[in-house]
Amino acid sequence: MQSQATYNYKVVRQFAVMTVIWGIVGMLVGVIIASQLVWPQLNVVEWLSYGRLRPLHTNAVIFAFGGCALFATSYYSVQRTGHTTLFAPGLAAFTFWGWQLVILLAALSLPLGFTTGKEYAELEWPIDILITLVWVSYAIVFFGTLAIRKTKHIYVSNWFFGAMILAVAVLHLVNSAEIPVLAAGILTPKSYSAYAGVQDAMVQWWYGHNAVGFFLTAGFLGMMYYFVPKQAGRPVYSYRLSVVHFWALIFTYMWAGPHHLHYTALPDWTQSLGMIFSLILLAPSWGGMINGIMTLSGAWHKLRDDPILKFMITSLSFYGMSTFEGPMMSIKTVNALSHYTDWTVGHVHSGALGWVAMITAGSIYYIIPRVFGRTEMYSTRLINVHFWIATLGTVLYIAALWISGVMQGLMWRATNVDGTLTYTFVEAVKASYPFWTIRIVGGGLFLVGMLIMAYNMFKTIGQGKAVDAPVLLPAAAH
Amino acid sequence: MDFNNTNDFVSGFWSLYVIVITLVSVLGCGVFLLVQDKAMTNAGNTTGHVWDETLEEYSNPLPNWWRWMFYITVVFALVYLAVYPGLGYFGGSFGWTARGQYDGEMKKADEQYAPIFNKFLKMDVKAVAANPEAKEIGQRLFLTYCTQCHGSDAKGGKGFPNLTDSDWLWGGTPDKIKESITKGRDAMMPAKGTKPDLTDDEIKDLANYVRSLSGLSADAARVEKGKALFPLACAACHGPEGKGNVGVAPNLTDKTWLYGSSEDEIIKGISHGRVNRMPAWGEFLGEAKVHLLTAYVYGLGGGKDEPAAAEAAPAAPAADAAPAATEKK
Repeated sequence: MQSQATYNYKVVRQFAVMTVIWGIVGMLVGVIIASQLVWPQLNVVEWLSYGRLRPLHTNAVIFAFGGCALFATSYYSVQRTGHTTLFAPGLAAFTFWGWQLVILLAALSLPLGFTTGKEYAELEWPIDILITLVWVSYAIVFFGTLAIRKTKHIYVSNWFFGAMILAVAVLHLVNSAEIPVLAAGILTPKSYSAYAGVQDAMVQWWYGHNAVGFFLTAGFLGMMYYFVPKQAGRPVYSYRLSVVHFWALIFTYMWAGPHHLHYTALPDWTQSLGMIFSLILLAPSWGGMINGIMTLSGAWHKLRDDPILKFMITSLSFYGMSTFEGPMMSIKTVNALSHYTDWTVGHVHSGALGWVAMITAGSIYYIIPRVFGRTEMYSTRLINVHFWIATLGTVLYIAALWISGVMQGLMWRATNVDGTLTYTFVEAVKASYPFWTIRIVGGGLFLVGMLIMAYNMFKTIGQGKAVDAPVLLPAAAH
Repeated sequence: MDFNNTNDFVSGFWSLYVIVITLVSVLGCGVFLLVQDKAMTNAGNTTGHVWDETLEEYSNPLPNWWRWMFYITVVFALVYLAVYPGLGYFGGSFGWTARGQYDGEMKKADEQYAPIFNKFLKMDVKAVAANPEAKEIGQRLFLTYCTQCHGSDAKGGKGFPNLTDSDWLWGGTPDKIKESITKGRDAMMPAKGTKPDLTDDEIKDLANYVRSLSGLSADAARVEKGKALFPLACAACHGPEGKGNVGVAPNLTDKTWLYGSSEDEIIKGISHGRVNRMPAWGEFLGEAKVHLLTAYVYGLGGGKDEPAAAEAAPAAPAADAAPAATEKK
């Protein structure tokens, strides 16, 4: 059943290790800025002030941690499900080093104050060009590998990874259209958006919401569709469901952006469209959760002693919860309360910690022993410890921000008998402090979990050695 | 301009475009679900495809509750588009607009709350300042609109005047306070005053002289040189003795310093000038709320009496030292 060629695991190993490293860095910056909110005196110098570290945190966790996780898992699974090695291995190596350079430049330029001011797209134009080069290379490697696959059908995980790669390319190119500033005839690293006013806001949130929809949802669903059935050793629950929810998800996500701009200068009709498509998005989002969780149907007992599976199933639960919460928050009357409060931040973290980081942890724990010539991680017990610490941290984090978010929304809208505001803004800030402190504890616990993961990973690597598995021949069709 | 129409369409074509593409998309979701739902499934069996040794898929049908949840959201979307704006120019059968909702809520609030504020309009500022209910309302208004600059204790900060002392840049009588709130104030000290060719060294001399005016430590030699420069660069606004003029320039001889009294800050002020602005609130808050705020600020402790001293000062030759203005800055 084996041929001579081997899978290209080198780039998988590189990205998998860096996923854990960047996870620690990004989450550490998160804990630092959470602490700066409680202790403002921690804003010591401008380079390390909240305003500059916050975009560093979001870029590090989304694009460094999440990005490396997507590269690692998509490169791993596209080869395995296509029964072929990676197309254009040189380009694949370039995507690794290019992406690390992007991250390094982000870590330098953001603290120095270079920013476009566009959320989740803060990096300036020279870095944007490098991102484009890396991403196009990624597309060539991924779709090239699909093209040379030995199986007749394309496995479902690849639909999601492919959609993510195409959509992110479009999003990045359109939203990052910007005009560099010329100073005395010389190009500077500073630029201004090609769009203005409410159009700029709309393009930005079309991008921002689809960064969530494609980078953090479709991409990680691709991860889920390979690693959950693999770890559970069970078939995916429903092929038909995967077809329906895939097309419905990638179609409706594109419309949902305006819900970030409710009650603003955005025309009423645009806001309505954002809201109704966000509601339609509920079922397509949940399709992935059902398919993932129901894959365990008949094998629930495996959850008892397999912490990797615990990570995966818990991540799907948080995924289901935040994709229910999202459409609810897009309803204008709910949004009138939740918008601009900590509720939004809590919602994002229920997705980021609960879904993205947990499915990543499960998948990386699956990959590491296999690409380092081991059958399992150095310590299963430590995976279990990591799981419980991460779950506790996530729950503390999101519960604290739910409470502070709703409290802020209610305090901001409270009025006295004479119509004046009951609370000044700063009173709502003061009332948030206890919850911000709990948030530090929750985020801190999650960071500790990542450190345990890193220890476990390096111990596993120390015991094993880099191994590229031989390419398998596809099973005969029956 | 019709503010209620915020749809931004430059032509009927785009409205039609939005209507068609929206309806096709919403209905498309429903039709897609319907078609897929009819596709063959085979519960409990796999599709027969295998990847990577073990990856298979069951051919189970769509879960019932999930299918119906999907349909319901599609139907909800169509109903919502019928009653709320969404389909291009068609504003929905409710005629709802965000602007309309805002105007309606503001109108209702005005009807409900205006009498509470208006009843104080008939009273004179000093009487309002002494009224406990008015004081409470005034404080709430102050905490909403004024604290961002003047602080919740009204004691100000660098660049933002303290409103609790009896030192007034623009006058502390009820009329002057009301004028400041209603129309705002623009303040501008030109860089290098009236002597644009001041050298850095001369600026340092002036800074030392200015510090000496209020009894702060200063270099004696520089004070002498600065004293000679003062009439040329500063006196036109600050007066020959540096005692300032209300509404023109601050008193430099007292202990109040809007930007700080260090030599560095004073040098900065002379070198680059100062620009400052209090925004105008008259139009936004309306007469009644401004009246209440005036009384609140007046009552903070530093308010001045209307007639006598304040009226007498402008009567005296303005350029001369005005002894009555000892507390002004």
